[in-house]
Amino acid sequence: MNFDELFGHFGQHTVDGLSKGAIYALIALGYTLVYGVLRLINFAHSEVFVVGTFAVLGAWTAFGMQDRPGAGQAILFLLIGLIAAAVASGGTALALERIAYRPLRRRNAPPLVFLITAIGLSLVLVEILGLLLPRLVGGVFPTLFGRERQIVGMPTIIEQKPLITIGDTSITNVQAIVFFSALLMMAMLDWFINRTRYGRGVRAVAQNPETAALMGVNQDRVIMLIFVLGGVMAGAAALLWSVRFGFTQSSLGFVLGLKAFTAAVLGGIGNLRGALLGGLFLGLVEVYAATLYTSAWEDVVAFVVLIVVLMFRPTGLLGESLGRARA
Amino acid sequence: MLLELDNVTVAYGRIEALHGISLHVDEGEIVALIGANGAGKTTTMRAISGIRALAGGAIRFAGEDISRLRADLRVGRGLCQSPEGRQIFPGMTVLENLDMGAYTRRDSAGIAADLERVFGLFPRLAERRKQAGGTLSGGEQQMLAVGRALMSRPKLLLLDEPSMGLAPLVIKQIFDIVTEINQQGTTVLLVEQNAQQALSRAHRGYVLETGRIVKEGTGQELLHDPAVKEAYLGVA
Repeated sequence: MNFDELFGHFGQHTVDGLSKGAIYALIALGYTLVYGVLRLINFAHSEVFVVGTFAVLGAWTAFGMQDRPGAGQAILFLLIGLIAAAVASGGTALALERIAYRPLRRRNAPPLVFLITAIGLSLVLVEILGLLLPRLVGGVFPTLFGRERQIVGMPTIIEQKPLITIGDTSITNVQAIVFFSALLMMAMLDWFINRTRYGRGVRAVAQNPETAALMGVNQDRVIMLIFVLGGVMAGAAALLWSVRFGFTQSSLGFVLGLKAFTAAVLGGIGNLRGALLGGLFLGLVEVYAATLYTSAWEDVVAFVVLIVVLMFRPTGLLGESLGRARA
Repeated sequence: MLLELDNVTVAYGRIEALHGISLHVDEGEIVALIGANGAGKTTTMRAISGIRALAGGAIRFAGEDISRLRADLRVGRGLCQSPEGRQIFPGMTVLENLDMGAYTRRDSAGIAADLERVFGLFPRLAERRKQAGGTLSGGEQQMLAVGRALMSRPKLLLLDEPSMGLAPLVIKQIFDIVTEINQQGTTVLLVEQNAQQALSRAHRGYVLETGRIVKEGTGQELLHDPAVKEAYLGVA
């Protein structure tokens, strides 16, 4: 166990962990929103995220982005990427609700059927994305592995440079962008849910769907709204992922989705601020674990931490649902 | 006629809970629907507000057939229910709960005026406006449920068991306010197990027994009816 490295560069590892966790947190919001209202774990949400990375890749390709564009162009491409990912991910999430989940609700399907459907949708989307990827890339970008399950690199939009250096801890420009954009997106969502009329409708359905209807809330519209909101957050995460890591693959969602779901559960599923806390916590734990042991162990440690937290706090760190969340 | 139920049938699975109920509520009235546990009072309320689908018959409100209208759309037509067990949104503040009542409305000036009106009727709610709904006492929650329903500015206020689980003094207070709301021009349909209070306040009443209406009359008539006395007022 490499304690010297961990404590010698503790600040640096903390910065790395927070910027990693911010992406988990953004994806976790999608799980938590849907769970908070429908008590459904939407396992296909991981693919909603992957669709976003494909949209970023597709949009950047279509608009002919080169490696390391100038500052003005970079901002333009960030914006194009955000719009493409938000539309693609939000649209996919909405389509899942309309095509798969709503018909099941109409038939009063038991919870297990929803769960199996979610897992099935996830698998279907992975395969569709796998078929789509070669066409989308069209040979423009180098594939790093064989044709199936290929990893496709994206052009670098922002070159990583240290932005601030304090002692031997440096925060890169990319880390700062990822962390603060994620925080901004979450703050906007939090404001929307807690301060607006539509947000109040969402909380009403989460707390008591029948009474919400008695107050004139259209439940189907609220459900569509939460799927779109979760999708847009996943789209934003997809853009940040593309900026930070610069690659995608059709099966990218499996481990990442599992991590984001873990983050949601860690923080208290159904709780928006819990998703933030859980994501950042998980990011930190992973980076610390990778430093202490080796990066091969980070997933093991992440899930061990989840199990330990749930043993002592079965409802997660913050542990209140979206329904119960304070005003 | 503001509300008319015409031979309404409701079934849970194959079991019929309401066997063809017909009743009406005229503008300006307080109408009480009394009956024992399981007689179908709450089912009737749920059918009127649209939470429960009809198996047969029709419901007309202000001249419109609303039998197949979705529950959330009935609120905009002027029907609002204070449900059984109050069903306050526990995680929302008192103010947010009241705002939920005005969910379908867009006239912010009118909403603000109605908020003042509700705070006038229930000063306790004004004191606790920033408090979470789930932390209120039973009586306060009932006031909040009634206030919340009033915030939709309903033509017809549906009250399901407002006295449930409350102390006699609080019950009287709630019914006083129901009378006052009615005098201010809101029509009220009231479902109650507390037949004494309900009938003494109501213009007219219906007695429901195992999914059928077995008696109707003015509040006073029913209050003095020997059979009603024996079954519902605890007087031999």
